[in-house]
Amino acid sequence: MNLLVCISKTPETTAKISFNADSTEFNTEGIQYIMNPYDEWYALVRAIELQEAMGGKVVVINVGPAENDIVIRKALAIGADEAIRIDGEAKSASYVAKQIAEYAKDKSFDMILLGKESIDYNGSLVGAMIAEYLDLPFLSYASKMKLEGNEATVTCDIEGGVEVLKLQIPFVVSASKGMAEQRIPNMRGIMMSKKKPLEVIGPVDFSAKEQITKYQLPAEKSGVRLIDPQDMDELVRLLHEEAKVI
Amino acid sequence: MSILVYIEAINGNFKKAAYELCNYGCKLAESMSTQCIALTNADSSVAQKLSNYGADKIVNFSHEALHDSKMMTKLISDFAKANDASVVILADNSRGKSLLGRIATRMDGSVVSSVTTLPDLTNQFAVDKSLFSGKSVGTFQMVSNFKIISVSRNSIGVQEISKPSNVETFDASSYSSDVSLVETTRVQGTVPLPEAELVVSAGRGMKGPENWGIIEELAETLGATTACSRPVSDSGWRPHHEHVGQTGIAIKPNLYIAIGISGAIQHLAGVNNSKTIVVINKDSEAPFFKAADYGVVADLFDVVPRLNESLKKFKEG
Ligand SMILES: Cc1cc2nc3c(=O)[nH]c(=O)nc-3n(C[C@H](O)[C@H](O)[C@H](O)COP(=O)(O)OP(=O)(O)OC[C@H]3O[C@@H](n4cnc5c(N)ncnc54)[C@H](O)[C@@H]3O)c2cc1C
Ligand SMILES: Nc1ncnc2c1ncn2[C@@H]1O[C@H](COP(=O)(O)O)[C@@H](O)[C@H]1O
Repeated sequence: MNLLVCISKTPETTAKISFNADSTEFNTEGIQYIMNPYDEWYALVRAIELQEAMGGKVVVINVGPAENDIVIRKALAIGADEAIRIDGEAKSASYVAKQIAEYAKDKSFDMILLGKESIDYNGSLVGAMIAEYLDLPFLSYASKMKLEGNEATVTCDIEGGVEVLKLQIPFVVSASKGMAEQRIPNMRGIMMSKKKPLEVIGPVDFSAKEQITKYQLPAEKSGVRLIDPQDMDELVRLLHEEAKVI
Repeated sequence: MSILVYIEAINGNFKKAAYELCNYGCKLAESMSTQCIALTNADSSVAQKLSNYGADKIVNFSHEALHDSKMMTKLISDFAKANDASVVILADNSRGKSLLGRIATRMDGSVVSSVTTLPDLTNQFAVDKSLFSGKSVGTFQMVSNFKIISVSRNSIGVQEISKPSNVETFDASSYSSDVSLVETTRVQGTVPLPEAELVVSAGRGMKGPENWGIIEELAETLGATTACSRPVSDSGWRPHHEHVGQTGIAIKPNLYIAIGISGAIQHLAGVNNSKTIVVINKDSEAPFFKAADYGVVADLFDVVPRLNESLKKFKEG
């Protein structure tokens, strides 16, 4: 099993989001970064489990600058075998997908795993794009995956339920909650991660076809209206007459 | 030129979101002085309903493998080319998510997912999208000739727009799939959380799973779907699919009632696009009150059963 896991770096989940003065850029000052939770908790751990059960290797890949190495080292500490960083600026999903597809196209990975979305851009785009570049099947929001020989049975989340699909490797899959259990790197893993290979390669040319021109904060609530706990009829009345939601 | 909307029927029928998507295509087509074509898997009698929501032309097809994103990408892209579509519109749901990036790559177009506004044609086809899990909104310009977007639910609402369109059929039998569907299971009886207009959600303030009866009763009275905070599903008090928030499901209902939930930023990230938020918490300092429209500072075990009684009275009204 040769597995490729795409990992991204995102602001830590409690990060306070702000922008520069003319709202054209995200303000990175004071922001702590983490590995995107879906990539770390589910895609990466499931790949490591498959490797543990069937042999082979887990390669993690990130498109981004040298600052990302710390996140990449964490993936190695959790249990990935090797890492690749494509030294480009992750400007858009299409840029990232193009870089990863170029790297993967002649490496015959049995499976490419991603998180279901990045928690910053929430695009849910990169996986589908890589799959199209490589002409592979793509399954999104997988919450369970079994492998017997070359045949995989994958359970994918759909609205209010699940769809169980069967297909042959190789394919691309994005992971959601349930795929695996989060692993915390131990001391040995951290020590070993320092010796594992992290190769840096240059990006191919690609220009994005969409661009963010303005950021805004969501419209603020006008303030909470407190209701007398003894008077739930009043709350019901307000929901009906004022908010018009019931 | 045309605008193409791909609208999937679930179990043979359309949900409200399907009509909103059709409306979106129609409104965009009108502003670009072109026609809106709806492509759907629904059979003709159901497909015909789209003529009440603005489709200028309705085309249906039949295929077993809608779940195969590789095949469906070919099918939709071929259809878009044959009909000279310059914009393709998908639903922002699990199916849309598996297709959007693929079609964009195949057609070499500009792409934005989970769009919440109609494109601004005076500003390079600019659309808004929620970013940072609901903590911000970004405006994206789409510069390619071909554009593909998925539209977030409850973005423009549903309106009846009648058009005298008939259903034509597209022969999809030449498309073959190598992904097989073993089974589809859906939670019976309730509206799935991502589609629910009314949601009753509870957190660790409930103390334990044995106390969820009052939440289920309230949800039943309202016709609401139940949700929960992450520690609640992590401890196995409630099923995983109820977990809302930054690392769970992001929802956008009309009404979100949060009971015994503190309102941590990761929880808010998944629910702060709800139209109206009611918070019930005994701690008046709970951060959730800052994101709420209505608040009740009280013991949930006292107030929730009484809210249920008041709602019942209102429903019987
Ligand atoms: C990386 C990461 C991702 C996360 N993602 C998510 C996510 O997606 N979704 C999510 O929900 N959380 C998420 N969390 C967890 C989040 O930080 C909070 O810990 C969690 O939301 C708290 O859940 P809670 O409000 O149910 O519990 P608590 O914070 O324990 O709050 C319980 C609340 O109940 C109130 N209460 C107690 N008893 C009563 C009573 N009798 N009557 C009325 N009120 C009462 C208390 O005042 C308190 O406000 C994430 C955390 C991390 C680190
Ligand atoms: N810069 C990146 N480098 C490597 N993988 C990425 C990068 N950005 C996103 N991904 C992967 O693509 C998935 C979906 O991201 P997105 O399409 O941005 O929601 C993430 O969960 C990652 O697995």
